Amino acid sequence: MGNWVVNHWFSVLFLVAWLGLNVFLFVHAFLSFEKATKYYYTRQILGFYRSTLRKQLDHNLAFHKLVGYMICLHTAIHIIAHLFNLERYSRSRQATDGSLASILSNLPHQENYSWLNPIQSPNTTVVYVTFTSIAGLTGVIITVALVLMVTSAMEFIRRSYFEVFWYTHHIFIIYFIGLGIHGLGGIVWGQTEESMAENHPHKCAEFFDKWDDPASYCKPPQFEGLPAESWKWILAPGILYIFERILRFYRSQQKVVITKVVMHPSKVLELQMHKHGFSMEVGQYIFVNCPSISSLERHPFTLTSAPEEDFSIHIRAVGDWTENLIRTFEQQYSPVPRIQVDGPFGTVSEDVFQYEVAVLVGAGIGVTPFASILKSIWYKFQHTDHNLKTQKIYFYWICREMGAFAWFNDLLASLEQEMEELGKVGFLNYRLFLTGWDSNFAGHAALNFDKANDILTGLKQKTFFGRPMWDNEFSTIATAHPKLAVGVFLCGPQTLAKSLSKCCHQYSSLDPRKVQFYFNKENF
Amino acid sequence: MGQIEWAMWANEQALASGLILITGGIVATAGQFTQWYLGAYSIAAGVLVCLLEYPRGKRSKGSTMERCGQKYLTRVVKLFGPLTRNYYIRAFLHLGLAVPAGFLLATILGTACLAIASGIYLLAAIRGEQWSPIEPKPKERPQIGGTIKQPPSNPPPRPPAEARKKPSEEAAGVPTGGPQENPMPVNDEVV
Repeated sequence: MGNWVVNHWFSVLFLVAWLGLNVFLFVHAFLSFEKATKYYYTRQILGFYRSTLRKQLDHNLAFHKLVGYMICLHTAIHIIAHLFNLERYSRSRQATDGSLASILSNLPHQENYSWLNPIQSPNTTVVYVTFTSIAGLTGVIITVALVLMVTSAMEFIRRSYFEVFWYTHHIFIIYFIGLGIHGLGGIVWGQTEESMAENHPHKCAEFFDKWDDPASYCKPPQFEGLPAESWKWILAPGILYIFERILRFYRSQQKVVITKVVMHPSKVLELQMHKHGFSMEVGQYIFVNCPSISSLERHPFTLTSAPEEDFSIHIRAVGDWTENLIRTFEQQYSPVPRIQVDGPFGTVSEDVFQYEVAVLVGAGIGVTPFASILKSIWYKFQHTDHNLKTQKIYFYWICREMGAFAWFNDLLASLEQEMEELGKVGFLNYRLFLTGWDSNFAGHAALNFDKANDILTGLKQKTFFGRPMWDNEFSTIATAHPKLAVGVFLCGPQTLAKSLSKCCHQYSSLDPRKVQFYFNKENF
Repeated sequence: MGQIEWAMWANEQALASGLILITGGIVATAGQFTQWYLGAYSIAAGVLVCLLEYPRGKRSKGSTMERCGQKYLTRVVKLFGPLTRNYYIRAFLHLGLAVPAGFLLATILGTACLAIASGIYLLAAIRGEQWSPIEPKPKERPQIGGTIKQPPSNPPPRPPAEARKKPSEEAAGVPTGGPQENPMPVNDEVV
């Protein structure tokens, strides 16, 4: 638990501050409607006096979901509250007992500001009032839009049918425009300041039968609506978003030249590209859009190249868009499709070089950010750049199929060779794990047991079969580096993230001067 | 967008609509609104929709994630046979259930959302989709003794070591007949 706090204290602080601000704003608005004199008559007509019940930029996706949930929660509260309001307006309109509420309801609608009850006659239904007012109509429309956005964004739908999620989510445009318009009608009605001088509720409320009497000092009250306020909240983020779309459009217009296309086994496509003015750091990712496949969709891919060379990405076929892309590139006789690139954007993998010891774990295609890091290390050693803080790297690559290792086989082979030449054999410690093995593989491995190189990959390090035993690995690393901060980086599935983060907490020593494991993960 | 199974999204939308109907119904009934009996109806309709939609159907391509504890409801929904399998029936059922709730403001949102779900189910039905239950896979019980084809070929008591010839390689799945002479014919299993 202590380690978790150490790792996440900033996120926790930020979330607490944000939630606290939300709570404060809600309570402030609530108390204002509950207690302010301006809304005294409004409260009367709604019967409140009687009732006793008076409610990190890398984690941008998680924060977006949190904001979404908060919007849903507040939408529910807002709708339920207004439902009660409308029902009570309707009751007050139909009251004939001469109470304050009924007098207030009967204030004439002919003059513009002397009425209080928006329901004009006892025969009007609340449904009619809802659909003929700006607030009601926009409210219903944007709530339906919100429900559609939420149901199409459920994890199951998002992972299985991405296009449904992507295109439906764009109705947020309707949502925000409707939200801005929602308050324009000024339907929340309160007494004006001048009127309170002539008819202060604390003095005049009891004498409501005398308001029409010209001799009394209480004149009939005048009201005005609360102006629309939601646009103030939407304006700044809306402008930022529009800027980002413009920037995205500008970047997408720039020419991207595809210099090399390589088809790898296990349905992986490698694209090497060049774009004028593009510069990257290790482990960053770009958004790729291919207009001939889909004009609106764009998907993120980690850059697998080092900053010292032309940038490249490895794309694995996992869904409609990727499969179409690979099929288009496989046809050799048609022209190469145009690609638009936006980015690069950063992820946690940029921090690898801040640690003296780094543990990199990649599952399947999740090896891509680490390929970029390893390539960069290769270049750094080539140019004898020995200012690297990182002294030791433990690299684990876990794959289901044999063919997957072919993606970066030559990279690992050339790294092995380079380390030998430079005499730094201890620098890179890598293990490959093949989880989808059968007894054929095991048989071959047993037969070739005494050969120097692994028969599957040709590398010096033998391929392991099955999954890594993390407890063993972590305890070995912890004993080998008892006084250092070790960065653990994962790009892979959620289950692996859980076991790794558990190991990080378990093997980090409670003494902050001894070995500490810091867990960083990314996945899309 | 060729691979989409619309029924999956319709299912999420209908489940959400059921919950919205229940919430609106509770507000109207507890607040004793005018025509609150429509609120009571809405609660009942919402519960029915939720029970029907909770068990997720099986996807035709790929694996389907079950909802927590859905297997009990799957058995019940399966009992109705074609009534629950066919999406046309579901589309019209949802449309019919939605209409009465449209007369009360508190539940009108549920009506709108359920009507949309009904529309998506209609689209799914037109494309020929069907609800099929997610069955638990029967556990494959290994046959006791199924892998033993022949009794051991040289059981103890055996003659002393000099009279036996040693086997020359490990059992790594690459057997070559062996120099041992077996009194009975032995089949080796090659995996």
